[in-house]
Amino acid sequence: MSTVSMTHDLIVIGAGPAGMAAAASAAALGLKTVLLDEQARMGGQIYRNVQACDPKVAALLGPDYTHGTTLTDAVNRTRLEVRTGALIWDVAPDLTVTGLQDRQAFQIRAPQIIAATGAMERPSPVPGWTLPGVLNAGAAQIALKSGGVVPQGRIVLAGAGPLLLLVACQLLDAGADVVGVVETSPGHNRVRALRHLPAALAAWPYLAKGLRMMMRLRKSGILWFAQAQALEIQGADCAQALVFQAGGRTQRVDADCVLLHHGVIPNTQLSRLLRVDHRWDDRQLAWQVVTDTFGQTSRPGLRVAGDGAAIGGALAAEASGALAALGAAHQLGRLTDDDFATRARPLHRSLARHLAIRPFLDELYRPPTWIVQPADATIVCRCEEVTAGRVREMARLGCVGPNQTKFFSRCGMGPCQGRICGSTVTQVLAAELDKSPNEVGAYRIRAPLKPIPLGALSALAVPASAHGPSAPHCAPPNVEKE
Amino acid sequence: MFRKIDGLAARPAVSLFFEDRSILAQEGDTIAIALMNAGARAFRETPLSGAARGPLCLMGVCFDCLVEVDGTPNVQACMVAVRDGMRVRLQHGARRFEGGT
Amino acid sequence: MNRAMESDTLVIGGGVVGMSVAYGLARAGERVQLLDEGDDAYRAARGNFGLVWVQGKGLGQPDYTRWTLQAAAAWPEFAAELTQRTGVDLELAQPGGMTMCLDDAELSERGALLERLRDQLDAEYPFAVLGSAEVRRLIPETGPAVAGAVMSPLDGHVSPLRLLRSLVQAFHSLGGQLCAGTRIEAVEHQGGQFVVRAAGRSFAAGKIVLAAGLGNRVLAPLVGLRAPVEPSRGQILVTERVRPFLRYPTLYVRQTGEGVLQIGDSKEDVGLDDGTTLVQLSKIAARAARCFPLLDGVNIVRTWGALRVMSPDGFPIYQASSECPGAFVVTCHSGITLAPQHAGPLAGWIRGGLEPAPIRNFKAERFDVQKN
Repeated sequence: MSTVSMTHDLIVIGAGPAGMAAAASAAALGLKTVLLDEQARMGGQIYRNVQACDPKVAALLGPDYTHGTTLTDAVNRTRLEVRTGALIWDVAPDLTVTGLQDRQAFQIRAPQIIAATGAMERPSPVPGWTLPGVLNAGAAQIALKSGGVVPQGRIVLAGAGPLLLLVACQLLDAGADVVGVVETSPGHNRVRALRHLPAALAAWPYLAKGLRMMMRLRKSGILWFAQAQALEIQGADCAQALVFQAGGRTQRVDADCVLLHHGVIPNTQLSRLLRVDHRWDDRQLAWQVVTDTFGQTSRPGLRVAGDGAAIGGALAAEASGALAALGAAHQLGRLTDDDFATRARPLHRSLARHLAIRPFLDELYRPPTWIVQPADATIVCRCEEVTAGRVREMARLGCVGPNQTKFFSRCGMGPCQGRICGSTVTQVLAAELDKSPNEVGAYRIRAPLKPIPLGALSALAVPASAHGPSAPHCAPPNVEKE
Repeated sequence: MFRKIDGLAARPAVSLFFEDRSILAQEGDTIAIALMNAGARAFRETPLSGAARGPLCLMGVCFDCLVEVDGTPNVQACMVAVRDGMRVRLQHGARRFEGGT
Repeated sequence: MNRAMESDTLVIGGGVVGMSVAYGLARAGERVQLLDEGDDAYRAARGNFGLVWVQGKGLGQPDYTRWTLQAAAAWPEFAAELTQRTGVDLELAQPGGMTMCLDDAELSERGALLERLRDQLDAEYPFAVLGSAEVRRLIPETGPAVAGAVMSPLDGHVSPLRLLRSLVQAFHSLGGQLCAGTRIEAVEHQGGQFVVRAAGRSFAAGKIVLAAGLGNRVLAPLVGLRAPVEPSRGQILVTERVRPFLRYPTLYVRQTGEGVLQIGDSKEDVGLDDGTTLVQLSKIAARAARCFPLLDGVNIVRTWGALRVMSPDGFPIYQASSECPGAFVVTCHSGITLAPQHAGPLAGWIRGGLEPAPIRNFKAERFDVQKN
């Protein structure tokens, strides 16, 4: 396998708001750009299926959702190569990108890559969360956007964050049977959040929207619980009830579907694969990629934009993507310094405007400790069915980080490759070892970025050297590995 | 587990098999949505304990929605669109080879 | 700085070699302290394939073959003892193992190698050269590209993960002290004691065992020894869980107790780079698919690049320091296979007992001779 030559100026991985904005901007600046996404259509999760969404559903979801068409239109207007249904499973140290599309392997390469792989929902490990019928609130929203469907039967939502309220409202509007919302934000969150209220007032549209949602839900007559603790989902073969502590006593809400949500966190698989610098943010309780204001990471050639670097929301992601494209174009010598600075200024202002609400929201909806450091009996690694207690046991055995813990307990060895358990394991270990999450670290991520068939790998082997005198299997006879 | 909301524009119908039962879906539906519309909550049993699992995230992150599609095990149901004649089965534990133990 | 912590022996390195020695010493009643580095250290043990392997070992050095044969024979009792102490099932299986060959030349070359080993050993050394039909009888899933295999009934495999975990648990239960996340800053030999400074603390013991793998290179001279070891990278593919089908471990493909398939391997001189490369991974995948075509559709969930510890001739270095009596260097490539020996006769030697006969030649001076 010889080195892949450059095929593009810029490769953008992820077609959510950051990726679409980045790709469209870059193409408009004359960069030979390709936009890649694993999903069948552009849009990421927030604008999932926006190009083909049913008009009634689109109307229900409102202008915040349909805004996504401005981005998909912008992409379609430019001469920009878009490859959907394309799974990127490796980015090599020399930035060669390897993917799988329609079961065919492909490799492309560019001097600049923008990773815009977005966010994932923070896991909400509670007893019973692995039961069928328990989904993330975001999953219900995806089902509504892409399939025009809502959960059948009684729905209870539990957790914290704007998305929790938004999904509750959207499900109500769609005619679903929402029976209750159980908020888990601790009381002291409000006190801490007040400090940031002045800054948040500058982003008053966000605040107004939040208040409207809360009022809508209160007026609908659904059950409402605040400062709930000790969530537990009960049921024989599937979710049947949510049990919790609130108002000084045990509460029970019978339901056919439980939707959990505690905010979103950056999806850092790609940035970890390339071993760029990350930092743990204590307010968001999540890893962030260390970048400059043009998305530049600690690795030349790699930029990360949007929620994949740090959570800022969809509109901030647009500005972030456009800034990353500017940075790439400037780096490639396609922009004069003056032009670069001129174009960047309004984008930085826009970014700042949309980030103004964040400290307030992050404090207000900061997840409670018992969610990020679950009780011993709670499963944290769903794939390998490893409990929080087991992780703590590994720490007491001498494991000082997630990788040793993984080796000793198999936690993180399943097909999700640590996506679901990673942040929980870091926090559980940090608390157990009395260290900061920064010191404890995260899972080492290697290719493939998602499980791929062995055949997809062997297809890349150069036929002649698969078996021959210089092949790796011909070890010196007296030395063998075991 | 899921139901379609009323008054939506019709999309072309797709007919597929779920555990030898014929079910109807719409073009553009993922397998996950089609199965949930057909009433399924659980898609698989885990290889380790045999616990029943269904989708959690519907965006390709959790790997709990794994099903067997046209004989291929461990396919993420939320990442694949339905096709006419597709045969979907529950994923019972670890992958098995035809004629193997 | 804290008061120096006293013990009988300080073991440096918490991989399978260090833990085996530490366990053996603790089992014999010593007070043992073990110092181990951080979560992101180069750890050969984590990249270990898990073979308990006899065939092919020791060409030109029959003592190494003997040492390996003793280890394989000692494994069942060693595993049972650890299971008894800790409740951990090590998933040891010794059904025999095969080296699959993809053409007749490879098969006869491999057969000839084992014959030479048998001749030089001049003792019982069982193996068989199997044709493709016989291989297929034993493993029906074998592909048509396989010309045959060389099988040794003494070969087997174990879970490196469970082995290391049970060694750590057993060590704890015997009163051993494990100081994790601790990097050595200085080693001094004063007044018959070894004093080690690490992570702002001080440790003292009458004996010190350097089992730090690649780290031994830098540490050994501090106690008047040499350990000219180099990293050798091995890359491994790990699949999703699969229903059991591969009863016999093979040199490059084995199925673990969990049903997961481990597929290796490479031997690369790339310095301290434990990254994975598509060049090697694709070669490894291609060879595995030729041996077992049904693996083609199996999903690869993880890959590994582990730095193994290689001496110039590939054989261990087991040496006591004359300059600093009480200091030992213990380094080898096959930490899994040799674990019972490290816990048993080697630990006994470290405690002042007889030097096991097979290891008398494994001193660093032999590399000087080779140079001339």
